[in-house]
Order: sequence, then C-alpha cells, then structure tokens
Amino acid sequence: MPAPILDVRALRKSFGPLEVLKGIDLSVRPQELVFLVGPSGSGKSTLLRCCNRLEEPDSGSIRLEGVELMDRACDLNAARRRIGMVFQGFNLYPHMTALGNVTLALRKVLGKSRREAEEIGRAALDRVGLADKAACHPGELSGGQQQRVAIARAVSLEPTLMLFDEPTSALDPELVGSVLAVMRSLREAGMTMVVVSHEMRFAREAADRVVFMEGGAIVEEGPPAAMFTEAQHPRTRAFLQEIGR
Amino acid sequence: MTDLDRFLATFLNPAVAGQYAGAIAAGVLVTIEVAVAVLVTGLALGLGLAVLRAYRIRPLNALIVIFVDVFRALPPLVVILLAYFGLPNVGVTLSAFAVLWLVLSLVLAAFAEEIVWAGILSVRKGQWDAARSTGLGFAQTLFYVVLPQAVRLAIPPLTNRAIATTKNTALGSVIGVGEIINQAQTAVAVTGNATPLLMGALAYIIVFVPVLILAGRIERRFAWRRA
Repeated sequence: MPAPILDVRALRKSFGPLEVLKGIDLSVRPQELVFLVGPSGSGKSTLLRCCNRLEEPDSGSIRLEGVELMDRACDLNAARRRIGMVFQGFNLYPHMTALGNVTLALRKVLGKSRREAEEIGRAALDRVGLADKAACHPGELSGGQQQRVAIARAVSLEPTLMLFDEPTSALDPELVGSVLAVMRSLREAGMTMVVVSHEMRFAREAADRVVFMEGGAIVEEGPPAAMFTEAQHPRTRAFLQEIGR
Repeated sequence: MTDLDRFLATFLNPAVAGQYAGAIAAGVLVTIEVAVAVLVTGLALGLGLAVLRAYRIRPLNALIVIFVDVFRALPPLVVILLAYFGLPNVGVTLSAFAVLWLVLSLVLAAFAEEIVWAGILSVRKGQWDAARSTGLGFAQTLFYVVLPQAVRLAIPPLTNRAIATTKNTALGSVIGVGEIINQAQTAVAVTGNATPLLMGALAYIIVFVPVLILAGRIERRFAWRRA
C-alpha cells in the first residue's frame, strides 16, 4: 500500500468546554477521494480545517507526505500551499478579478512573475470552464462560477491534497452540477481529495471511501457501496438512509 | 439710510472688500497649506496605527487605544491652546503653524485609525482563511487582501472626517496662524465692518466645495460590487 499523503493521528480539538474532535485517526492515500459525512456539529468541518491548521488542534499529529505539521519548526505557509482548500462561502477576494484571485498566491507565495502567473492562472480558469470570465470581479459571477474560480485558485498552486468544505452547500440547486463536474474532472486527473458534503449521489459515484463522523469521532468508514447498503453501525445506517432519501 | 443700505454697507461693502481681498487670499493659501499637510500626515499616521493594531500586540494596542480615545475625546481647541501656550514652559517652542498642523494631524489620525480599524474588523474571516490557506503569510494577507477591502469600506466615513478636521484649521486663528478667519478677524477689528468675515465664509465654500466633489468621486471610484 502506498504511503499516505495525509496521516492524521489522535487529533483533538475543543472549543471552550466543548470537545469537537475526540482523537481522530484518518489516513488518505494518493489519488484517493475521501468523503466525510455526518450530522451537523459532528466535527467534520473542524477536522478539515485542522488539516492545514486554519483551526489550531489541541493535540495530535498531522503528517502531510511525511512532514509533521504540528512541529513547532514546521513552515506552515510552505505546507499550506501544498494543501488546496475550497470553502462553503467561496471566499473570493471581492476587490480582485477572477484572474487576480488565482494569481495572487502564484506571485506572492510561489514568487512567479506576473506574466507567468497569469499564464498559469488562465490555464486554471480554463480548466474550470471560466476562461472567458478572467476579467470579471466576483460580484459579477454566479455562485457556481465563483466556486469554480475558488477551485482554480487552489488548484493553480498544484497542491498534493485538496480539501473541500461543503463546496456546494451555498449554491442554488441548478448551479451544483457545474461545481461537481469540476470536482469530478479533478478526481479523474488523479487529485487526492477530502470532501465534506451532503451530495450523496456524488459520494456514491466518485468516492473511494466514505467516513461517517458523529460527536467528534469517526463511527465507521468503508467504500461507498458498502456504507450505503450494509453499514455496520445503526447510527450510520440511520443517517445515510435519512440523507440519501 | 434704509435698513437694506445699512445691511449692504455692513456685509457687502465694496470698499472694504477691495481693501482686504489680498489678505483673505493670503489666508486661503495658508488654510490650504495647513489642510493638505494635516490630510497627508493625519491619514498616513491613522492608517499606520490601524495596521499596527492588526498585529494585536497587547501593550502596543493598549497605547494605541489610549491615544485614539484621548484625541477623539478632547476638543481640538483645548489641545491647540495647551500645546501653544503650555509646551514653551517645558522648553518646547513650536510655531503656531506647526502646532496647528501637529494637533490637527493627531486628531485626524485618531479618528482615521478607528475608522480603518473598524474596516479591518468588518472584512469577513473567510477572507483571512482563503488567503492563509494558499500559503500567504499574515502580513501578505493583511496588505494584499484585507487592507484594500478595509480601506474601501472606510473611504466614506474617512472623507467626512477628513473634511471636518481640515475645517478646524479655522482654530488656528486663536493662536495667530494667518489663515482665512485670522485674516478676516483682523480686518473686522480694523474696519468695524463684517464684510471680511463674509468673504472668509465665501472663501471656505470656494475651497471646500471642490474638495467635497472630489471626495464624492473618490467614494464612487472605490465602491465595487460586493460578492
């Protein structure tokens, strides 16, 4: 079995008296698409945000391609550019064009020239089907288009891992498909992905593994076919039946 | 002499107007000089303090908050009088022009810091998340992502405050800065006629209406369609 890209061990996180992650172990192999599901408040988004330490874990280990991110000496900015992240609320920079959104980190983090960054940026926008929107500001784009720009922004840095935090939850139903199509093409290109989402049809057809979380712990995990039809744990069965309906 | 004649002779006296037009014009120049100097240093200092505050270094932030609150609370006139008549007693003698410039700059800086800081706070946390997730550092995120948005949000209140503060250049008259009101008051004292004051008022309108129009343009220029 190949070495995992992401290896999370005994990860704990509390917000005040509330323990939201109770010692999570999660390993993601190269090119794997892992789907995190569970009721709201189960800790899936927090887990995702801990993976690049946007949320600071209390304890535990996070290894990205063997490098321990919890080390004090770890260059967090260097690690973060290897981890792309896509948010529920898109979080595009409203004062910049779509191309400006994509090229900012290329120029300021990777140190590329404006010309080189724009070349890469245009290619990334083309990849998400928005080559013609390069000069538009976020306010001029639909939610689906904004989310695809956000994906281009993350993908252009050539991350080894992509984290998706409910990427379609803020979208009108008719715009969800375009974002899922982009995620599907990323998957076909061999991107390693961890996805928090309620798009169960997408989970069924695209995920390698479905991880069910509840109350800050992983209850059960397995391939989607098995999880959707013959989950071992009654809570998993109840949840997947309810949401898959 | 009718009431109207008396009114015209008092407020719109052509002879007085001709005699003191030069003095008022000289006052306009001084007012513009002080106002421009105050705008440059006050806004720069206010922006600088807001940026420093974003680093959230506790003792430093406490000092910034104290400075900001003191200079927002005190009437500028009090500070001007204290600085001009008080500082020489401790061996610091500044020209009237320097005192006016310094005090108004500090007052504008205090308000500008609060306004820009409020702008920084109102930029959504997701902007920080997105920028940091791409590997941008704290300072890079602040300068490339957060501050441009904060300043845009701050521009309408900032232009208001800038105009209000630069109009306070009139307070220079109490310490003898030869700005518009000082010139007009001198002329009134000599002639016993109110025409120079009316000329002074007109001068403010001539100076500040273009500034207001410019401020409106800046506000529109920096407005952008929000996501």
